[in-house]
Amino acid sequence: MTIPVSITVNGRRYDREVEPRLLLVHFIRDVLGLTGTKVGCDTSQCGSCTVLLDGVSAKACTCLAVQADGASVTTIEGLASDSELHPLQESFWNKHGLQCGYCTPGMIMASHELLRCNADPSAEEIRHGLEGNMCRCTGYQNIVRSVREAAETMQGGTS
Amino acid sequence: MSATTFGSGIRRREDPRLITGNASYTDDITLPGMLHAALLRSPYAHARINSIDTAQASEAPGVVAVYTGADTDGEIAPAPCAWLLPDSDLKIADYHCVAKDTVRYVGDIVAVVVAETRYEAYDALDLIDVDYEPLDAVVEPKKSAADGAPQLHGEIDGNQAFHWTVTGGGDIEEAFSEAEVVVKETIVQQRLIPNAMEPRATLASYTPATGELTVWNTTQNPHIVRFLCSLVIGVPEDRLRVIAPEVGGGFGSKIAVYPADFITIFCSKKLGVPVKWVESRSENYQATTHGRDHVQEIELAATADGKITGLRATVWAGMGAYLSTAAPGIPTILHGLMLSGVYDIPAIHEDVYGLYTNTTPVEAYRGAGRPEATFMVERLVDLLAAKLGLDPAEVRRRNFIPKFDNGHDVVTGLTYDSGNYDGALSKLLGESNYEQLRAEQAEARKHGRYIGLGLSTYVEICGLGPSQVAGAIGFQGGLWESAIVRFHPSGKVHVMIGTSPHGQGEETTFAQIIAGELGVSPDDVKVIHGDTDNTPMGWGTYGSRTTAVGGAALALAARKIRDKAKVIAAHLLEAAVEDMDYDDGKFFVKGSPDSSKTIQDIALMANVAWNMPEGVEAGLEATTFYDPPNFVFPYGAHLAVVEVDADSGNVELKRYVAVDDCGPQINPVIVEGQVHGGIVQGIGQALWEEGVYDDDGQLLTGTMLDYALPRADRLPDIEVHSTVTPSPHHPLGVKGIGEAGTIASTAAVYNAVIDALAPLGVEAVNMPLTPERVWRSIQAAQGRN
Repeated sequence: MTIPVSITVNGRRYDREVEPRLLLVHFIRDVLGLTGTKVGCDTSQCGSCTVLLDGVSAKACTCLAVQADGASVTTIEGLASDSELHPLQESFWNKHGLQCGYCTPGMIMASHELLRCNADPSAEEIRHGLEGNMCRCTGYQNIVRSVREAAETMQGGTS
Repeated sequence: MSATTFGSGIRRREDPRLITGNASYTDDITLPGMLHAALLRSPYAHARINSIDTAQASEAPGVVAVYTGADTDGEIAPAPCAWLLPDSDLKIADYHCVAKDTVRYVGDIVAVVVAETRYEAYDALDLIDVDYEPLDAVVEPKKSAADGAPQLHGEIDGNQAFHWTVTGGGDIEEAFSEAEVVVKETIVQQRLIPNAMEPRATLASYTPATGELTVWNTTQNPHIVRFLCSLVIGVPEDRLRVIAPEVGGGFGSKIAVYPADFITIFCSKKLGVPVKWVESRSENYQATTHGRDHVQEIELAATADGKITGLRATVWAGMGAYLSTAAPGIPTILHGLMLSGVYDIPAIHEDVYGLYTNTTPVEAYRGAGRPEATFMVERLVDLLAAKLGLDPAEVRRRNFIPKFDNGHDVVTGLTYDSGNYDGALSKLLGESNYEQLRAEQAEARKHGRYIGLGLSTYVEICGLGPSQVAGAIGFQGGLWESAIVRFHPSGKVHVMIGTSPHGQGEETTFAQIIAGELGVSPDDVKVIHGDTDNTPMGWGTYGSRTTAVGGAALALAARKIRDKAKVIAAHLLEAAVEDMDYDDGKFFVKGSPDSSKTIQDIALMANVAWNMPEGVEAGLEATTFYDPPNFVFPYGAHLAVVEVDADSGNVELKRYVAVDDCGPQINPVIVEGQVHGGIVQGIGQALWEEGVYDDDGQLLTGTMLDYALPRADRLPDIEVHSTVTPSPHHPLGVKGIGEAGTIASTAAVYNAVIDALAPLGVEAVNMPLTPERVWRSIQAAQGRN
């Protein structure tokens, strides 16, 4: 059995027939071929699959594609505009906020949510805000620095 | 700009593709006609397989094939162990990629389903009916060695995979019989699960018409994968291409070549289409290799004034149900030979028993043997300090190997390259304001607050290593590295390397090496790695060796380029070669820097070859195979400051200060990142992480819900400092830094917690130091139960 869904991803509408059990993350990765969003666990712990669902962060492994019917999804591929990096992408690059890069798409999307809710977070607030995203490489310190820099850039009105 | 690029913290070349979602990891690759494999793994730790019924699964929607051990027998050789530890009575049990008649750990592979979609493959797994006859299991290494323990492999007596010893220096019996002070401890180095964020995956594409096989694999060492696959699967190396695409961390868990990899290849060969297998995280916990798992009985002999006279240890190392690719060398060579640490210890003896247990195979995990060694030594030194009523810093100073810059022999047989251990500790004590911290600790204790300071002064062996040594210690491969430097006509550079970084940033640092050696901008250098078809042979990225060995190969290849370019420049400037000078990408006649040829000028001429010196070949390209004369030995001193809440047992890590010396830093920002990540992994071992099996061999920490990884909100900022002691034998003086943090930090945090608990009478707590364990230890020490 399949169910029709219409999901807008990174500004483009996709009409597809999907199994009701299909996870949103697999819809994004396998059906649409947008592989920037990662799968790092099977228990919603690691946050590698974090996307924006109607502007709010969601772990795409914990959401069915059919639940996203009619919604607008932003993935890491949709964050930059007109080939200009989002301030978070720029700051992760500037501050060495990534090493192997596998957690990075989810980490950046979760940071996006963090800054949406709190435009000027302290280092401690950033650490708390990202506790649902795992990184095994960086020890998180440069991720905190990255988010701080992005907050400053975005508050400075350059974005 | 260019020459100074070496040593600057420029942004990484890797990052633009990673921050935009454009990088391709193995699971991101889809080929036309590709099928998906899923593996049925044993739910029992030890069981006989009476029968397997795959009929229903074979008929399930989308299923193309189902294979069991009966199908793979004779087609896939057992997964090889490639570290044949000499003089150890090594006994390697056959590791059948698909179990034949017995399963020996939860996760042992029983069958494989190949289907059109991943969901269909997993659906069909549920339809396979296996009749298991459960057997008794053993999960702890010391219990596995005991009389009457369940036996894993009938032909291997007492579950013993090997018994290895190291003895060096004076008479160890005499050291202890004449010791004025002896301190002892039993340490459990708990089992850890590496948790690279990218799960393992393999995509195999076999073309029957040509007999060619391409394998995309989440590996740290694609050339080793090619070599071993050719042996196990029988595809000749010339028709076998292994690609490590983007790889999402490894930490040792992506060194081994796994049964799942061979099975995926087998499926592609059988079916003549591409087949992809990707593990789930739960599967990763069950079947991707684990780390540590030692029980260590250790003791130290010393004089009454705190001078160490001997160290003796017995270690029971759990190896898991089978020996993984490099496993036997980890608790032995990389562990026992480092027991002198940063100290002058005149007599050392260690026995290591490697034991089979009904658990996931144990392999290298960040640090691989050296964290376990550092922990032993650093615990003993703290115990000695406590026994003598001396400050731990003072006891360390009384035993440090004095500063040396070109070789120091320790009694285990190694020659350290260079070090100034007292220098690192002095810097640490200064940067952390240690004396004041001790005063604050004393004051806090008066108010019932339990603050602890923990030191860890370490040295580690990395940059593996001379190939002659590799052969002598039974490693079934070389340990040299290779680099090709190729100048294109426009002066842009391709660098091809045999190692295979997977997050460590060598695409950037290696471009910086070229910039430093040849005066080009790092932006003009592309570093290519991870594809056996377009890189020279190399042994891979582990043991903090990519920069230490591969970087040396690259520097020497660059110098060959410079030598050739100088000859061409002399010809073009109509000068004698011996009259030529070089500075920052320019060749000129000595004393006349204004009239020069740039490296780009030379690259163009060498490629068009219109006007070359007689006898000089066209092209500007050089290849180097570099076999290091010795290992490198980074070192440092770390301090952890903790506060323990005696009512709850909670440990708060308040400060962490690190001084590390990896020689000259090619890119200090990347070095700092390695230090951060390494330290946090070691903190994880001290405070939170443990892979737990119950007595039946069920993995209780089977998901990220149950295994406590370090999270952002549990950590302080790490204060990073460094000293610079070049390695005397390395062309750039550099040493490795990938594992140093992990090697140091577990002991620092542990020592800090024990220091905090000292007024409460607690002397030891098994790791990880969870609130419950700390609280119980306080209750026990206080006589409350």
